[in-house]
Amino acid sequence: MSFLSRYIFSTNHKTIGIQYFVLALTAALLGTALSVLMRLHLTYPEAKIRLFEILWPNAAAGGVMTPELYLSLMTMHGTIMVFFVLTTVPQGGFGNFFLPLQIGAEDMAFPRINMLSFWATALAFLVLCSAFVVEGGAPLAGWTAYPPLSAVGSIAGPGMGKGMTLWVVSIALFCAASLMGAINFITTILEMRTRGMSLFRMPLTCWAWLVTALISLFAFAVLFAAGILLLLDREAGTSFFLPAGLVINDRILDRKGGSPLLWQHLFWFFGHPEVYIAILPGMGVVSTVLSVFSRKPVFGYRAMVWAMLAIGFLGFLVWGHHMFISGMSPYSSLAFSVLTLAIGVPSAVKTFNWLGTILGGRLHLETAMLWALAFVSVFVTGGLSGIALGQPALDMYFHDTYFVVGHFHIIMGVAAVFSILAGTFYWWPKMTGRMLSETLGRVHFYVTFLGVYAVFIPMHFAGIVGNPRRYSDFGQFEFLKDVQGLHKFITHAAFLTAAVQLLFIFNLIWSLYRGKKAGDNPWNATTLEWLPPSHQPHIVVRGAYDYSVPGARRDFLMQNESNGQ
Amino acid sequence: MFFAILLWITAFAVAAGFFVKRWWFPPPISRHAMAFDSLFAANLIAGGIIFLAVQLALGFVIFRYRDRGQRATFSTGSTRLEIILISLTAILFLGAVAASSGLWSAVHFTSMQSSDLKIETAGKQFAWSFRYPGPDGKFGKTDVRLINDAAGNPFGIPDDDAAGKDDIATSALRIPAGRPVQLLLHSHDVLHNFFVRELRVKQDLVPGMEIPLRIQADKTGEYEIACSELCGLGHHQMRSVLIVMPAAEFDAWLAQQGKRKQ
Repeated sequence: MSFLSRYIFSTNHKTIGIQYFVLALTAALLGTALSVLMRLHLTYPEAKIRLFEILWPNAAAGGVMTPELYLSLMTMHGTIMVFFVLTTVPQGGFGNFFLPLQIGAEDMAFPRINMLSFWATALAFLVLCSAFVVEGGAPLAGWTAYPPLSAVGSIAGPGMGKGMTLWVVSIALFCAASLMGAINFITTILEMRTRGMSLFRMPLTCWAWLVTALISLFAFAVLFAAGILLLLDREAGTSFFLPAGLVINDRILDRKGGSPLLWQHLFWFFGHPEVYIAILPGMGVVSTVLSVFSRKPVFGYRAMVWAMLAIGFLGFLVWGHHMFISGMSPYSSLAFSVLTLAIGVPSAVKTFNWLGTILGGRLHLETAMLWALAFVSVFVTGGLSGIALGQPALDMYFHDTYFVVGHFHIIMGVAAVFSILAGTFYWWPKMTGRMLSETLGRVHFYVTFLGVYAVFIPMHFAGIVGNPRRYSDFGQFEFLKDVQGLHKFITHAAFLTAAVQLLFIFNLIWSLYRGKKAGDNPWNATTLEWLPPSHQPHIVVRGAYDYSVPGARRDFLMQNESNGQ
Repeated sequence: MFFAILLWITAFAVAAGFFVKRWWFPPPISRHAMAFDSLFAANLIAGGIIFLAVQLALGFVIFRYRDRGQRATFSTGSTRLEIILISLTAILFLGAVAASSGLWSAVHFTSMQSSDLKIETAGKQFAWSFRYPGPDGKFGKTDVRLINDAAGNPFGIPDDDAAGKDDIATSALRIPAGRPVQLLLHSHDVLHNFFVRELRVKQDLVPGMEIPLRIQADKTGEYEIACSELCGLGHHQMRSVLIVMPAAEFDAWLAQQGKRKQ
């Protein structure tokens, strides 16, 4: 095997998993850096900042960011984080590496498609990033790319020409890659389980990857189609999303018959399930980690499975809650509101069962466990603000304010990232053969935990004041004078939180060279990935969470252990 | 153990932030806005209780069951508990919808009265314009080709249209206090959003659609109108003012504007 086929164009699921992980880590660093630059500009809009000028000699001439530059950073931050971090690590990264190991398969069902899927994702990332350097820069329409703004080309502003086209192409590529991944996951889980691994003996991570793959299959197909329509509107002069009579920048457009709302329906039909694509694998990881480190079975395993299936299904019926004030029929808003709050029920079941899992356990508070516990905390916090936003009457005030920004960062960003970190600390020994530093891990954990609350809770207060999101400057409105102190605080907290992430990166690198060597099963866990490599297929005889079984010889029984006496 | 304590402190700090109301809504200026405030207060109390209960419980379990060499109990779940929980949360969440749908209905399903004052509200990158039908009570035709801001014709009203001759175009929104007003929302170019904090109302402007929004303000004064849907690089400066005038003063103003046009 040459270097190229082993490390670059590899069809091995573990290598591909690591490739996804590294790609997403790169994307996360870039996305975080963008957010820091945005906060810097928001807090000191007039200040001449040398760094801006070095990075963008034109768009930040003199060190002051233009509004279009700010909005392009915002667009890229959202796109990078949602697609290339939250969608990529939990499924492409952990899923590829651990799914075959956990179900006792030799590899994924379609190794070549797996490789293709990764490289299409990597290409999509490169295409997206290239938007920074083309004429006009990156697009400024936000990660939701609402037309007409996104559909009419450079007359809508700098970055809306080439930059926006690259954005659409990148997303279409990403969709294609995700569809390939979804088919691979579904086939692998349904066809390649080892003997005795019935569906209801699978670890909850595998269930989560299955439900996520099913959601991806339907959601990304729709986004792909929507992306093609948007591309046609931009490049071929069609009018899927453009009505008659548009006058933009004093130019009358020769289009007619389209509807801007059509894009919103298509986008959010993908976009809401996407939230669950990001969070479900994390729920699987958290359920497992809580069980392992409490030395107790998952409380209500079957309820957890059904809750995930319910969330996956209901997730497709709630997209309208992003559109309460869009001009959609106000009657449908009420229907979407009922369905939206209904999804709170399976979410509450999960939270309840996580508490049930740790209750009465013997809690080993290693860093992986701390992240999983913190996940439960932020999941509840972000879920409760979601209950408020799910009511159209309240959304009528909070829509597109910082209240929403705070809400979705906590529930989608922070919760998902916490679960990724729980997974990283839990699985790192298996991925690299070495342990991460617990001391560095704890410092990183505590600062991050306080940091995210300090960043995102005050955003809710700004939203209550009425602070609209996606403003590059708060100086034009009298009422926004009152929130500037709040934003200053948020920015400082964000700097601290972003800086402490370097400690995590350092921990990863340090561990590769100096970390304590890990044994085969450092956490005394039950699932098959912790067995030593073997050429014999494992035969599974029990469920995934047999901890502290009465009468057993030790406090865990691996899934292939026939007799624990 | 340290984490349990930190979690408690964090939970109380978050709750305190919502309790002290240092950053809060502006005073309401309509009955709808007052109803909104009570609805939010109810949500805040219910949500706050659940928030504190769960975070404190989480901290308590972490504290109580930290590893002290004890043996973990073996339990795989309880269907009865799951069913009780599902029923409780379903009642709670659906109750929330039921409690709040009235407020939504009041804004969106109250039938428009023909006596309502109608004001066309138009957004474009990055300015607002408002049009009153003038003494004849009728809006004139518009033609996008005739739009000319510099010549004071932001709506593109043709010179030869009798109904349009007396139409009044302004850049601030003046309305009479205590009377229902119908805003007819239009956009010339991209999406915009009409948001007045004091009214607790927000509605997108969508090109190709006319979206009616019924508002009523009871307190006179000047309030800022902020665009709340990303509309391009000048989004943050798309501002106008809502001027709520005593009804008599408003009538006089409107009549005077109409006279000037004739």
